[in-house]
Amino acid sequence: MSNPVRADGEIVLRVEDLHKAYADNQVLRGVSLRLLKGETKVVIGPSGTGKSTLLRCINALSVPDRGRVWLEETEVTDRHVDINKVRAKIGFVFQSFNLFSHLTALHNVRIGPMRVRGMSKAEAGRLAMEELERVGLADKASAYPAELSGGQKQRVSIARALAMFPTLILFDEPTSALDPELIGEVLEVMIGLAKDGMTMLVVSHEMGFARAVADEILFMEHGGIVEQAPPERLFARPENERTAQFLRKLTELYGE
Amino acid sequence: MERGTLRVSQGTKGGGVETILQSLQPLIVKGVPLTIALTLGLLGMGLALGFPLAFAQVYGYRPLRWLCATYEQTFRGIPALVLILLFHSGLALSFHILLPAFVSALIALGLRSSAYQSQIFRGAIQSVSEGQMLAARSLGMSKLQAIRHIILPQALRLSIPSWTNEFSSVLKDTSLASAIGVVELAKEGTLIMTRIQHALGARWILAIWLVVSIIYLVLTALGNRGLGFLENRLRIPGFETRGKVER
Repeated sequence: MSNPVRADGEIVLRVEDLHKAYADNQVLRGVSLRLLKGETKVVIGPSGTGKSTLLRCINALSVPDRGRVWLEETEVTDRHVDINKVRAKIGFVFQSFNLFSHLTALHNVRIGPMRVRGMSKAEAGRLAMEELERVGLADKASAYPAELSGGQKQRVSIARALAMFPTLILFDEPTSALDPELIGEVLEVMIGLAKDGMTMLVVSHEMGFARAVADEILFMEHGGIVEQAPPERLFARPENERTAQFLRKLTELYGE
Repeated sequence: MERGTLRVSQGTKGGGVETILQSLQPLIVKGVPLTIALTLGLLGMGLALGFPLAFAQVYGYRPLRWLCATYEQTFRGIPALVLILLFHSGLALSFHILLPAFVSALIALGLRSSAYQSQIFRGAIQSVSEGQMLAARSLGMSKLQAIRHIILPQALRLSIPSWTNEFSSVLKDTSLASAIGVVELAKEGTLIMTRIQHALGARWILAIWLVVSIIYLVLTALGNRGLGFLENRLRIPGFETRGKVER
C-alpha cells in the first residue's frame, strides 16, 4: 500500500533517537520514525516495550531524556515551545477513554474548541455536533459518559480529538479495554479517518485494521523499533525472527 | 440587660409559662440570627481559604505544599475554644489589639474550618482520576484551565457529603464564641437562665436548655436538608457519591 504520491509528501511527525527511562527501567532506547501527511502507521510489540511511552513522549505528556520530536516545523521537545499550543494540534485517544465524567458527550467534544481554541459556545456546539455525527453518535449528545457503552465512549473521545482539527492523532491501544463485540464500531470510525487522509500513529494489535489502512507496521521490542514494513510484506516475509514469532502469536490469538 | 429585667418583672404577673415564652423571645430574635451569621461567615471564610489551600497541597511546588500542610496541621491541632481565646483575649491583652468579639470568633473558627475544609477538598481532588487531567492537558488546556474546567467541578460534587458534615460541626462550634461574650444562641441561653432563675426558680433551667438544644437541632437539620437538595440538583449519572448495595 506504499503510496508513491506520498513519497515526497509533507513530513508531519519526525521522531529522532528518543530515549526515556523511569528510574532504572530504560523504556525507550533510541526510537526514530517519520509520518508523512495522511499516513497511518501501526505500532505493535509485546507489552512493556515502550509503545505507550513513545506516544506520550510525542505530545510531551512524558518528557524524553534524550532525542527530539518535531510536529511539522515545531520542535515539541524544545523547552521554550508553548506546549499547550502543540498539544492542541495533536489528538490523543486513550485506552481508558478518559472522557470528562461530569460532562455530556456533546460538552466533552465542545470543551476543547471552546476553552483552547477560543470558539464561541454556539460555534463550538455546532462543531461538536458535527463531530458526533461523524462518529455516529449524534443521538447520544446529551448522554453522560456513564450512560454510554465502552465503544460509544471511545467514539466520543475520537470526536473530542477531531473537534480540535488535529494535525496528527495518536491512538494508545484504543480497543484494548473494549468487549469484543464493541471493537468493530471503533475500528470502523478509525478506518474512515485513515481513508479521509488523517495522519495517525496507532498502537494496536488489531491486525485487521493494520492490513486495511496501515502504510507501515512498526514492530517494537525492548524500547526500540526492530522492524518496519508495509503490512503485506511484514506478514509475508518478516526479516527478523522476533517479528515472525510475534506475528505468529498474534495470528494464533486473534485468527486472521 | 435592663430590657430583660423589665420583661421578667412584667412576666411574673402573668404566670410561669408566659414568662418563659417571653424570655425565650431573644433566643429566636437575636440568638438565632447571630448563630447563623457566624456559621455562614466562618464557613465562607473557610471555603475561600480552604479551596486554594487544597489545590496548593495537591498541585503546588514542594515548599508551598509543606507550608499548607503545616498551616492545616496547626489549625487542626488546637482546640476551637483555645483559638477563640487566643484571637480575642490573647491579642487584646498582650498587644492591645481589641477585636470585636464577633470578629475574633469569626477569624478563629474560620481559620480552623479552612484547615478542615482543605482536607475535604484535597481528598475530593485526589479522588478525581488522573486520566481526567491527562485528557484535559492533551487537548491543550493549561494546568490552570484543566483544574478550573475539569477537576474543580468534579471535586466540588464529590466534596458535598463531607462538607455537609463540616457544616454540622461548625454550626455547633459557634456556641464556643459565647466564652468571649458573643451573644449567640448559647450565650443568650445563659442570660435567660440567669433571669429565669431569679424570677421563677431553678427548676425551669432544664427547659431553657432543652429549647436551646432543639433550636440547634432544627438549624442543623435544615442545613443538611438544603445541602442534600444541592447534592441532588448537581447529581450526574455515574457520579453518585452514595453507592447502592441492594442486599
